[in-house]
Amino acid sequence: MSEATLPSLIPQLKRVAAPAGECRIVLSGPWNLAALAQGLPKLRRELARFAPDAGCSWDLSAVTGLDHAAALLLWRAWGRRRAPQLVLRPEHESLFDDLVKERELPTPRLGWWATTIALGQKALSLLGHAGGAIALLGQVTIDAAGLVRRPSQIPWREISASIFRTGAQALGITAIVGFLVGVVISYLSAQQLKQFGADIFIVNLIGVSIIRELGPVLAAVLIAGRSGSAMTAQLGVMRVTEELDAMTVMGIPHTVRLVLPKMIALAISMPLLVLWTDVIAILGGMMAARAELGIGYRFFLSRLPDVVPIANLWLGLGKSVVFGVLIALIACHFGLRIEPNTESLGAGTTQSVVIAITTVIIVDAIFAVMFSDVGIFK
Amino acid sequence: MTETVVEIEGLWTRFGRHTVHRGIDLKIQRGEVLSLVGGSGSGKTVLLRQMLGLETPRRGRVRVLDEDLHACEPGVLQALRNRWGVLFQQGALFSALPVFDNIALPLRELRVLDEDVIRELVLMKLEMVGIEFQHASKLPSELSGGMVKRVALARALALEPELLFLDEPTAGLDPDRSESFVRLIEGLRRELNLTVVMVTHDLDTLVALSSRIAVLFDGRLVITGTLREVVHSEHPFIVNFFLGERGRRALEAVWGTLGLGSNAARGKQ
Repeated sequence: MSEATLPSLIPQLKRVAAPAGECRIVLSGPWNLAALAQGLPKLRRELARFAPDAGCSWDLSAVTGLDHAAALLLWRAWGRRRAPQLVLRPEHESLFDDLVKERELPTPRLGWWATTIALGQKALSLLGHAGGAIALLGQVTIDAAGLVRRPSQIPWREISASIFRTGAQALGITAIVGFLVGVVISYLSAQQLKQFGADIFIVNLIGVSIIRELGPVLAAVLIAGRSGSAMTAQLGVMRVTEELDAMTVMGIPHTVRLVLPKMIALAISMPLLVLWTDVIAILGGMMAARAELGIGYRFFLSRLPDVVPIANLWLGLGKSVVFGVLIALIACHFGLRIEPNTESLGAGTTQSVVIAITTVIIVDAIFAVMFSDVGIFK
Repeated sequence: MTETVVEIEGLWTRFGRHTVHRGIDLKIQRGEVLSLVGGSGSGKTVLLRQMLGLETPRRGRVRVLDEDLHACEPGVLQALRNRWGVLFQQGALFSALPVFDNIALPLRELRVLDEDVIRELVLMKLEMVGIEFQHASKLPSELSGGMVKRVALARALALEPELLFLDEPTAGLDPDRSESFVRLIEGLRRELNLTVVMVTHDLDTLVALSSRIAVLFDGRLVITGTLREVVHSEHPFIVNFFLGERGRRALEAVWGTLGLGSNAARGKQ
């Protein structure tokens, strides 16, 4: 096969001097995006060099292919109009006709009012969430009151399954975290206390900080991340798969079957988990205290009840019940608000965990102020 | 000149202990619209995924545009992927990107076009599929099902492909929208000179678009041919699929051309 008949595999641009003195620019090869992608900078340079020459005629009859992208490149090189003398294959005619039309992307209007409206919507949505959560709490309370009158309808099975998932299955993670935090606090405090010769106060420090504050908050943060997100995702998936709607049309209220069992389960399992976390964290603190300060286990344990009033334990456990109910409430609130698409599912779960942890910390601060004179030796 | 665009030879696909394809041979010529038909779970979509290189065959070869998908250099495969467009069943638009960026993404990935050119090309594609420019800044979640399909088609066409794969193009659309979507595909196919490989079980789409039909049953291609050839087959699946109540209704418009005798007479059998 001779050179001339072999179709060229790359788009080419050649300037041919015609006999009468005028020039002709001949395009050959496949002028499509796939072929252009390789040698585009060079072609664009050549196009820019040839295009301003108004006397030249353009011959596109030898191209083996021409698509919108290539036509657009030529069009732009010609200054957004047809080259005055243009030889085209008939089937390519329509490509250039398409280009005559101006296409403008409507620019979204952005002004101070748009920002203000966005801000207002954020604030309103925050209020909406607060209102929605309170309404959910109210509904659950009403349903709970109804269940007290009809105890046969209490969803025991769901409650027990939730306790197992949120409580028993969380023992491992709370133990690991509690133990390490106990060790770290004890170790760091021990170094400071040694400087003052106040070794013995390690018992007060560990006892009060863990039983009153760290145990409940640590467990709550872990449960919010672990069980809260699972609850939101579960309800969200049920929304996406229309299971929630199926329950509604069967006349099974979401609050009784889905929300209430979770709240009751967390109200039961949270204090138990906190107790467990306290024990393990104090064990860790005790081990570090013995290693660092030489305080024996027997001494540590015998001194603990003397320096930490029992009120601290009740306060910690009481707080944890509130935390548990709040985590379940927030998780269910966000879960029920998820819209039936996958994106909303991810966003809702993230939001639920962030809000649950923040709420736990805020409520803990409120408790700290309210009960500031409880459980402290004067 | 007919040119083979897709060539499948002795293809076997297995998932664990489940054999999906038992020796499939298929050739698709340039310019034709080949429809893959089969019951649910017959491996239509898997066969399409084989042609896209998303699955690996247990045995056999898949050649697309003269390249063996499983024996070519990564660079060649990449260049090949720029020459085909795929419309996934759910559209598979990137949910984090607005409509405009979804279509611009393949063009930007080429890394040779400047932003002005990309903008004009994207707008042309949007116009082609009949999406108004005011929707360009919307996110996929704000679009209706029909619009998602149109935008996904625009994205599939962004790189000016020669070969278009459609996975259930009209699934989930109401009859009116699915009809207009079929018209759109047919118009674009003529205009852009596309070869189309389509998986569908919608008979109306099948009749309206296909130039050839390949019927998958029990892991094998039972028959490959024009609609006329296929409906004359005696295979029980085909008789059930095309000549059942639903099939006869879909074939009504073209019944006369199929040489099956009177429609009413057939119905009495």
